[in-house]
Amino acid sequence: MIPQQFEYSAPKTLDEALGLLAEGAKPLAGGMSLIPMMKLRLASPEHLVDLGRIKDLNYIREEGGAIHIGATATHQDVLSSPLLRGKCPLLAETAAHIGDVQVRNMGTIGGSVAHADPSADYPAALQALEAKIVLKGAKSERTVSAEDFFVDTFTTALEPGEIVREVIVPIDGDGTGTNYQKVLQPASGFAIVGVAVRVRKQGEKVTLARIGVTGLSNRAFRAKEAEKALEGRSGSPAEIQAVAALVGQGIDANSDLHASAEYRLHLTAVYAAKALATALGRIA
Amino acid sequence: MTETINVSINGTTYSHEVEPRLLLIHYLREVVGLTGPHIGCETSLCGACTVELNGKAIKSCSIFAIQCDGAKILTIEGMAADGKLHKIQEAFWNEHGLQCGFCTPGMIMTTKQILDRNRNPTDQEIRHGLDGNLCRCTGYQHIVNAVRAAARAAGA
Repeated sequence: MIPQQFEYSAPKTLDEALGLLAEGAKPLAGGMSLIPMMKLRLASPEHLVDLGRIKDLNYIREEGGAIHIGATATHQDVLSSPLLRGKCPLLAETAAHIGDVQVRNMGTIGGSVAHADPSADYPAALQALEAKIVLKGAKSERTVSAEDFFVDTFTTALEPGEIVREVIVPIDGDGTGTNYQKVLQPASGFAIVGVAVRVRKQGEKVTLARIGVTGLSNRAFRAKEAEKALEGRSGSPAEIQAVAALVGQGIDANSDLHASAEYRLHLTAVYAAKALATALGRIA
Repeated sequence: MTETINVSINGTTYSHEVEPRLLLIHYLREVVGLTGPHIGCETSLCGACTVELNGKAIKSCSIFAIQCDGAKILTIEGMAADGKLHKIQEAFWNEHGLQCGFCTPGMIMTTKQILDRNRNPTDQEIRHGLDGNLCRCTGYQHIVNAVRAAARAAGA
């Protein structure tokens, strides 16, 4: 389990790092996906740029009515952040489901979303939150929606030389409830299916419903038909069941030794119902 | 192609030339000679290689030694002080929190992390905290008992 040889740089500034990346180097954040892949020689970068020493990449702060999370904030930073727990609890709750203590201490939000594992936890929450992801290259910076960012299995909107600089999530307004539910594969800790829900109510009516799903198919996605079916309703138990049944509809579900496509779709409906009921119940 | 790293391990500073691809676990065991952290799965699942890096429990099979330049590392060898076992070690002994002992260095380092963050964890929090450490002997019950006992001992 020894990776191929590589050159290593640990720049202190983002500009320096982006310069090296523009020359073809690959970024290393927490390494919780990349290093295991390098040990198996599924990845053999010739030059690694460690982003871990860049101070202004590790932050969680409120800015312009939203919360900005720097790329190298760890899952532990996210799950324990008082700011996120208070104002965007869905992301903190989701981070607590990732891997294990040791992995959460090292793994980063930027690395996780850039890796785009189709069974990763964050993408479901980021879809439900309609998060924005800021991509930075040596000469460019652009912001894309989570919906456009996750393109396919291990494939994102990142261009060569770009890194995820930060993730921007909204602050929950009054009357919002959220929840993440996950069926985990016990050996790997990854989601067989994960459903993130964000709902808002005004009086007795659901005014906003966002449902993000991971693990079910080639990429995390928003279940828009189900969202529409819930908006304008009260969110009664019968409505929740009907909406949950729509979440996996029309999706080409993954099938592997852990769960067949049919079983994954079944789990999606069951766990969507749990997430919807919990999120609705949390509306203050 | 090697580079020099300086690390503090269990309070002693070391300086070594390392290849960038050298994993921390191999550095600790083969270069520094600390064989307490174990190589179980080498795929970041079993937790036998767990050490503390700048106060946080990590799996030393999934980080390069060169990333730890300038860092403070604590291994199982650094837990006992002045010939006296750490309270967590005492608790594992008293509660029979091990059988073969292979996973124990990792279990103890992770237990330290759990208790550093939560002085009085529930059984559920203990089990959630030990998620990344596998034991193939005990069925975990005695390990959970040991963590609970260590929490009590630290509070006493």
